[in-house]
Amino acid sequence: MRIAVCVKQIPDPAAPYELDPETHFVVRPEDQVLDDTDRYGVEVALQLAEAAGDDASVTLVSMSPSGSLQGIRQALAMGADKAVIVDDASLRGADALTTSRVIAAAIGREGYDVVVAGTESTDGYTGVVPQQIAEVLGAPSLTFARKVEAVDGKIRIERQTQAGYDVVEAAPPVLLTVTSGAVEPRYPTFKGIMQAKQKPIDTLTCTDLGVTADNQQVITSVDPVPARQAGEIVEDEGEGHLRIVAMLEEAKVI
Amino acid sequence: MSKQPARARKVDARDFLGLDAKLSPEERLIRDTVRSFVADRVLPEVAEWFEAGTFPKEMAKEMGALGLLGMHLEGYGCAGTNAVSYGLACTELEAGDSSARSFVSVQGSLVMFPILTYGSDAQKQEWLPAMARGDAIGCFGLTEPDSGSDPASMRTAAKRDGDDWVLNGSKMWITNGGIADVAVVWAQTDDGIRGFIVPTTTKGFTAHDIHKKLSMRASITSELVFDDVRLPADAVLPGVRGLRGPLSCLTEARFGILFGVVGAARACYEAALDYAVTRDQFGGPIGRFQLTQRKLVDMLIGVNHGALLALHLGRMKDEGTLEPAQVSFGKLDNVRMALGVAREARSILGANGITLEYPVIRHMNNLESVYTLEGTNEIHTLVLGQAITGLNAFT
Ligand SMILES: Cc1cc2nc3c(=O)[nH]c(=O)nc-3n(C[C@H](O)[C@H](O)[C@H](O)COP(=O)(O)OP(=O)(O)OC[C@H]3O[C@@H](n4cnc5c(N)ncnc54)[C@H](O)[C@@H]3O)c2cc1C
Repeated sequence: MRIAVCVKQIPDPAAPYELDPETHFVVRPEDQVLDDTDRYGVEVALQLAEAAGDDASVTLVSMSPSGSLQGIRQALAMGADKAVIVDDASLRGADALTTSRVIAAAIGREGYDVVVAGTESTDGYTGVVPQQIAEVLGAPSLTFARKVEAVDGKIRIERQTQAGYDVVEAAPPVLLTVTSGAVEPRYPTFKGIMQAKQKPIDTLTCTDLGVTADNQQVITSVDPVPARQAGEIVEDEGEGHLRIVAMLEEAKVI
Repeated sequence: MSKQPARARKVDARDFLGLDAKLSPEERLIRDTVRSFVADRVLPEVAEWFEAGTFPKEMAKEMGALGLLGMHLEGYGCAGTNAVSYGLACTELEAGDSSARSFVSVQGSLVMFPILTYGSDAQKQEWLPAMARGDAIGCFGLTEPDSGSDPASMRTAAKRDGDDWVLNGSKMWITNGGIADVAVVWAQTDDGIRGFIVPTTTKGFTAHDIHKKLSMRASITSELVFDDVRLPADAVLPGVRGLRGPLSCLTEARFGILFGVVGAARACYEAALDYAVTRDQFGGPIGRFQLTQRKLVDMLIGVNHGALLALHLGRMKDEGTLEPAQVSFGKLDNVRMALGVAREARSILGANGITLEYPVIRHMNNLESVYTLEGTNEIHTLVLGQAITGLNAFT
């Protein structure tokens, strides 16, 4: 089973983000970390590969400036076999569809049975790239998996829904997105960290993949997040709970 | 005045000298992995272990799975990292608790190291892979009730009986003694001091845990008693004779300590810094008083000096140029620094500083042990004194 995992290197969320004053894009430092949500995808991929046996392979696919490759190495150290990075200056500001086309081209070039992705990235939050990749690849997508297993040659997931979960399955080739918390991601082992140095990392350009960056996003302006409004203090004179229920309903959380 | 004043942006209060940039990607990844492991597995529970006076034995397997046990050794299932990575792992473990670092130091540097360096092939095969996985736990017996800083005075002795050895005596203050599967025991023989590999199930071997400790409470410390312990001829470590054997192990373990205590000090400094900017007295945070700032800055400087020293010595170890006296320099100064930082931090936390709700007094008490073990502050002073004057002041 050939498994491709979409991963993203992002600036360390613990450090304050900086925006380029002209383009308004996030300034990407040399050292980026693995997006935390991708650790779940990598874990699911590794578990599927382990269950499938010896000839299964896990390939990381990422579109981002390579930088020091720190984030990619982190995922390789968890146990992935190799990585394919698409690093091309023309992709700066690529929109979600362009990103999906590029990643799909890279996955298609590698060959795959299963593609695993997180539900959305922590820095971009578009949440549409995985489904678009599936569409470009012409594969079905199983989304929001909170549990994944391979059963009788099919991939079966528990798909998280608002009310509970649905059990859905599809035969490979298939793409699935996994929710954070679906599995307990393993720590990279030290042996894994040492071996990660030797694992192949292919760096590709758009030309290698025969794709072009057609749609560029332009950020016209950026505004700071409005300061938080002071909260409302509910004096409880026996009816406080009703007011709280009403507020929660207004906020559509219940 | 706001509760959380913005700190100056240009420098990072947690990596003031930008030492991160001096680490390789692998070193950082190992450091970050151990940091997450400590955050997930040690910090949430360590105060309870400390209070109860226990160390959960299962941790051995988890540490083994990560690759922490014998991580800087080559082969036999060990990860084979460089010395700096081992040091950084010690820093992160000890930022959790000295007992976690101590567990790893004893296993890797005091037990696996001598077996790898002085052991026979059969001894290595039998013990190293199991110890690297954490399936077997080791302990190191050098100190005795009447023989501490002066190990040459030890009384534990092994006598030949036919091909066998018969071991008698006792060892004191032995980390992991009560939970160990195997002990490396140093004993007098007709041929000088030799090391023996003693499975703890051997007849005549008993371990008694030491209670009523107020330091290193999350670590098991025991007395080992050998009452006619009969060992086969191949129980002896063939590769070393004399005090050089145990002393070389101690140099390895001290290297872990000189990195480790930087972590304990950093944890105390960070706890004090957080406390100082959030605790209000006289109408504002206590961090605005010059007296508090002086303490915080002294702590900042101590922690960063210690980290620089450790990294420097680590690079020397990786180059193969590190001398034992230089390790003594690091052990002496970094433990002294860490203990000072812990005491200052304790004062900033006021009454909260004496509880296990905060990490500080735990570290402070642990560091009292670290000050004494693996060569006391005084002994390392004499090592350094002799190194620069050529004059022996030990006796
Ligand atoms: C928590 C803990 C864990 C330990 N784990 C282990 C272990 O796993 N294995 C092991 O073998 N040992 C272990 N030890 C023992 C430790 O190594 C000894 O405590 C240490 O070597 C000091 O010996 P001592 O306690 O007998 O003190 P002593 O040697 O009696 O020293 C008492 C005081 O006299 C000073 N002193 C001694 N000689 C001189 C001198 N020549 N000049 C000036 N001052 C001097 C010392 O510096 C100290 O201040 C552990 C100790 C502790 C506290």
